[in-house]
Amino acid sequence: MTGLRAGWRSLWSALRALSGDDAYERYVRHRQGRHPGEPLLDRAEFYQAELDRRFREASRCC
Amino acid sequence: MTLPKPARAVLWAAIAVAGAAAFGGIALHRGESINATWFVVAAVCTYLIGFRFYSGWIAARVCRLDATRATPAERFDNGRDFMPTHRSIVFGHHFAAIAGAGPLIGPTLAAQFGYLPGTLWLLVGAVLAGCVQDMLVLFCSTRRDGRSLAHLAREELGRFGAAAAMVGTLFIMIILMAVLALVVVKAMAHSPWSTATVFATIPIAILVGLYLRLLRPGRVLEATAIGVVLLLLAVGFGGWVEQHPAWRTLFDLDGKALAWFVIGYGFFAAILPVWLLLAPRDYLSTFIKLGVVFLLAVAICVLQPEVRMPALTRFIDGTGPIFAGKLFPFLFITLACGAISGFHALVASGTTPKLIARETDVRMVGYGSMALESFVAVMAMVAACVLDPGVFFAINTAAGVVGADPATATATITSWGFPVDAAQMQALAQQMGESTLFGRTGGAPSLAVGMAHIFGSAFGEGLFAIWYHFAIMFEAVFILTVLDAGTRVGRFIMQDTLGALWEPLGRTSWAPSAWAASLLTVFGWGYFLYIGVIDPNGGINILWPLFGMANQMLAAIALAVVTAIFVKSGRLRYAWVPGAPLAWLVTVTTAAAIQKIFSDDPRMGFFAAAEDLATKLTAGMLPPERAAVAPQLIFNQQLDGWLTVALLLIVWTIVIDTARGCWNHLSGRRPAPDTESPYVATQLT
Repeated sequence: MTGLRAGWRSLWSALRALSGDDAYERYVRHRQGRHPGEPLLDRAEFYQAELDRRFREASRCC
Repeated sequence: MTLPKPARAVLWAAIAVAGAAAFGGIALHRGESINATWFVVAAVCTYLIGFRFYSGWIAARVCRLDATRATPAERFDNGRDFMPTHRSIVFGHHFAAIAGAGPLIGPTLAAQFGYLPGTLWLLVGAVLAGCVQDMLVLFCSTRRDGRSLAHLAREELGRFGAAAAMVGTLFIMIILMAVLALVVVKAMAHSPWSTATVFATIPIAILVGLYLRLLRPGRVLEATAIGVVLLLLAVGFGGWVEQHPAWRTLFDLDGKALAWFVIGYGFFAAILPVWLLLAPRDYLSTFIKLGVVFLLAVAICVLQPEVRMPALTRFIDGTGPIFAGKLFPFLFITLACGAISGFHALVASGTTPKLIARETDVRMVGYGSMALESFVAVMAMVAACVLDPGVFFAINTAAGVVGADPATATATITSWGFPVDAAQMQALAQQMGESTLFGRTGGAPSLAVGMAHIFGSAFGEGLFAIWYHFAIMFEAVFILTVLDAGTRVGRFIMQDTLGALWEPLGRTSWAPSAWAASLLTVFGWGYFLYIGVIDPNGGINILWPLFGMANQMLAAIALAVVTAIFVKSGRLRYAWVPGAPLAWLVTVTTAAAIQKIFSDDPRMGFFAAAEDLATKLTAGMLPPERAAVAPQLIFNQQLDGWLTVALLLIVWTIVIDTARGCWNHLSGRRPAPDTESPYVATQLT
């Protein structure tokens, strides 16, 4: 049962990482680890900033 | 779990034997039909052997990948684009970025030669060229702070080479968007079900965008789940439209109207905020794409369908009805993406190198995802070849080639040795929920029929029409994603270039500049799309070879950059690893371009076609509806001819520039500086 739950949890976190669902948490972890005390973007601001960056270069192929 | 050494040797020997047996089975089989399982076994064994031995050797000896060297992701970690990421996640990201419509459409068209030549090149080309290119570009970029291909070209090839690389990139983007737009338009023309479904995907994407922006910012998974459910409902909605006479008429649009719609869509998507349409559509399309690829693999393994296409058809002599040209070089030009795709070099030097946590991951991400992409292409080949050959040709051959009425078309196709009759086509169309399947060029309808056949037989009969339109929706969703994302990127490149002429035009957020640059980009691909739509020969026969040549040219540019880097970074001994595929691509592109420019055959040569049409027009030999569009078609053929000339010049500029740079370095006349970033030891554990 614990094996099943651990398996589901790792699948879920892989799915979140793959889709970018956890991008904000990773950003917060990074800022708190490297630049503690500095201001953070909130979730909505971060989402917007990420989109603007991502759609500037060719990221999708034929 | 590691096996003892002798057991591993036995395992790899078994894989090699199984692969060789499957290859032999495919190549030597001469019966009525052959089971698709042979294809799957041959493909999987080939990739495994290629990955284990060739990529292992490249990683250890050629690149000398070093797990102790800090990657750009670690050194520039900013929690955003630079971020050390687990290799299976990077693999997923990279594969999602490189997988597109190319490896689905290319094999579908190339099936006119039979199943054998295409399948062989998909496997051999991927293992020796395509995967190698992706891996080496990713390696070079990772060793150089994750720099882009354009940046690397500027450093390694000099001014001319860099300029050629930039023009080449813009060129391939324009042609790519035109040809993909043509594929969707052709799939939707006079098909209310498809049109309604595809139209419905736009408000669905907007809903998902609003959800992600206003309700629950950044909650991608839940938003995508809602969107996917809505997309499935949209397929049902299309079926409902098909049943209602009034709605049916509303969505029963011809190619021209749909072309204008797609052009308008591309323009608005490029200037609207990203969060509203582009980003949510991208999430949805990635999800659907990966899901369908997985589902298709499962279905083929479960169903084990019979491949009915012969190993070789008579059209290897160059008389094929779908596109003109002999096996060499046009098989390679047509397959393009599934075996080696220049576009991947942009991704492998874009987002991916910034995520690689350990240098040794380059092997799995670069080589491995291209192997998977090639497998997708093999599945597309299977989907095309499970159709009755007669049906395959009836769907994919334009009315301008075999005649518009069913009786003439079926008689012509039957006379080629591929029996088909009108009643059979009518029954199939009815089964798929379409009014007709004759002359549905572009590759998408034929792929959708093949997929519906496989899915329907594997997961429940009787749902063919649903599966067919699901497949069309799947193709349309990510083709439209390429269109809007591509137009937006084209807009930024355009603004960059125009900004050099007049500064305000370079300001990306200044509305007039954004509008003008988007309009210019849309005009670029919209023109080719429109011509493709009015062309009675289907348009795809002109645009796809142009796209294939441009794609192979971009791959040649990428490999030239890698070869130059190898020569200058003390890897001269191994310069043949990128050099041999480079020589092959230059040969193929040059051979194809020369035929397209100089051939006297109007089916092959662009200038010959223009002249032929002009002669017929002045002699009054054309029926009135053809005479009306002839002047535009003549101009377009000439334009395509000159574009091919430009393409040839770009390829050879790059080749000569690379050779000159390497010679200057080797002879000691002008030794090139080392462009690699200095070694920093990794801190990651």
